Amino acid sequence: MTVLARPAGADRPAGAGRPLLVASPPGTGGEASPTPDRVLMKGNEAIAEAAIAAGCDAYFGYPITPQAELLEWMARRMPEEGRVFVQAESELGAINMALGASAAGARVLVSSSSPGISLMAEAMSYMAGSRLPCVLVNIMRGGPGLGSIGAAQGDYFQATKGHGHGDYRVPVVAPSSIAEAIELVGTAFELAERYRTPVMLLADGILGQAMEPVKPAFPTLAPQSPDWRIEGAEGREPRSIRSLHLRAEDLEAHNLDLQATYARITAAEQRWAGEQLDDAEVVLVAYGTAARVARTAVMRAREQGLRAGLFRPITLWPFPADGLREAVKRARAVLVVEMSSGQMVEDVRLTLDGSVPVLLHARMGGSIPTPDEVVAAARRAWSVTESDEQPGLAPAPAGDER
Amino acid sequence: MITRQAPATTEGRTIYKRPALLTNTTSYCPGCGHGIVHRLLAEVLEELGVGGRTLLVGSVGCSVFAYDYLRLDAIESPHGRAAAVATGVKRYRPDRVVFTYQGDGDLAAIGTAEIVHAAARGERFTTIFVNNGIYGMTGGQMAPTTLPGQKTTSSPNGRDVSSMGYPLPVTEMLSLLPGVQYAARMSVGDPGLVGKAKQAIKRAFEVQLEGKGFSIVEVLSTCPVGWGMTPTEAMDRLRDTVMAAYPVGTFVDRPRGIAPRLPQPGAPTKSITEGF
Repeated sequence: MTVLARPAGADRPAGAGRPLLVASPPGTGGEASPTPDRVLMKGNEAIAEAAIAAGCDAYFGYPITPQAELLEWMARRMPEEGRVFVQAESELGAINMALGASAAGARVLVSSSSPGISLMAEAMSYMAGSRLPCVLVNIMRGGPGLGSIGAAQGDYFQATKGHGHGDYRVPVVAPSSIAEAIELVGTAFELAERYRTPVMLLADGILGQAMEPVKPAFPTLAPQSPDWRIEGAEGREPRSIRSLHLRAEDLEAHNLDLQATYARITAAEQRWAGEQLDDAEVVLVAYGTAARVARTAVMRAREQGLRAGLFRPITLWPFPADGLREAVKRARAVLVVEMSSGQMVEDVRLTLDGSVPVLLHARMGGSIPTPDEVVAAARRAWSVTESDEQPGLAPAPAGDER
Repeated sequence: MITRQAPATTEGRTIYKRPALLTNTTSYCPGCGHGIVHRLLAEVLEELGVGGRTLLVGSVGCSVFAYDYLRLDAIESPHGRAAAVATGVKRYRPDRVVFTYQGDGDLAAIGTAEIVHAAARGERFTTIFVNNGIYGMTGGQMAPTTLPGQKTTSSPNGRDVSSMGYPLPVTEMLSLLPGVQYAARMSVGDPGLVGKAKQAIKRAFEVQLEGKGFSIVEVLSTCPVGWGMTPTEAMDRLRDTVMAAYPVGTFVDRPRGIAPRLPQPGAPTKSITEGF
């Protein structure tokens, strides 16, 4: 293993903020290269560095476990890049600093974890109403209340159904690996600027805290110079960025504009990934860390003769409804795996509208489902519907022929 | 006997004109001080020649529509959060002049954390803090700045300090902080006071333009409707009662060596140590 020094050059190597251990094993030559093909990064740090590569101009945060390394990474790296970093007095402060910087035309990142996201809900509504782009990272922990610092997915409703008050939506992207999180940071900024909306990147404590090998060259984005930003009214009429529209007809027109934007997002931006769906009898639906468990469960189920597949939403809003309907066409049951009491399952049921039985395997409070318990749940799901050949009996464990 | 001479030409001489940064009408009630403070701001920004690169960070309250009355680029803040919003604006655009315009409900109640920490960080923007001792827009409820005994719609028998606490002297509190380079309390109680308020507002923006740190001007103002008074009675009360409770003056002007006489954290004064 080699310590990666910070090399010069246009490409931004991961780990530029501090030395990192290179993942290449000794003797493979990787340790001799100044820019190795893979480096180990914590999810929180990778998200932060990805945002810097994507041209993030300003970061505002507040310490909370399990996202604190994101704040710490930015505290070191943003000043190095000559960009804005402020540790705010609260999550309220952080998100409102983001609101101001965004109004001035900055590409802004804010991060927190569940209880802090609740505090940010107010300004999320204002930013949605004021059409201000911003990327907000939620590294989810257990709840409700102070809950725990363990990984959980109990904020799905909050993320997808609105955090604050009023009629608005926020695109939500949900990585299930650190490499994917790096990609989705760029996607989130693109969506935010294309549609002038806040965007949430929803991950959990495991994705934030775990280390995985990632490619050290992060995607970059072209700088933006929005024509709506406030910068002083020299030589033109003043403009104000506002969410206040006191007259009913004005506010309704504003709301119709917002809804039209959400309809465009819903039509164009649904993202998902499928694995082994072609012949799947039981389709597992999961996102984030739960999808990592579900993937292992699919492999084990197939080893045991149960043809399972994985449908993994990447955008949670807009929910990839068309993709899911297609994915379950040949399935006899759907099993939703969540690290919550069952929140995404409501969108799955709404999407499938009774066309196929939808079951839930839920763990909460920082407990992570095991692949084996997911396989067992998949077998029960298979058995819910009776086939003519084997009513009520799931395919037997490994070795047995169906 | 002095004979006033007519101008030599028939052309008029401009002795008064509306500042170009001010629009025609406001929604403020008769006798409200917001219009005066808006005018002072417009005059000061014009005199400093910075109107074209000034950003107004608005707040929630009667002055929420300030962006319709001042011809400036503006951003609206959630209630109380203007100082955080201004932090984001100014950190990203340090080349711009940035100020918040907040009332006492917005700044001294729901926005205390934001204003205190912006001041503590020495953020390089200016806050115009209009204090009329009441929540005007929502119908005249008690504010943290309401005077003891003052009747409001949420203190119908008068503010009872035993259960409702004492007025919050925010500007004095902020003046303790080393990040606060300029802090003053002024009043719109009479034309002379208005002139002094303008000087203070100008000085606050000069401190910002020098890049020194945070500057704040509190302006004591009126709310005839909320106070249940005529505009004239409200002005009388402002001078006689409100200014007696809230002394006006410059509390801090660090670039000019005016610093608070209060003990500084970490640097106990002689008088304190002598007391032990």
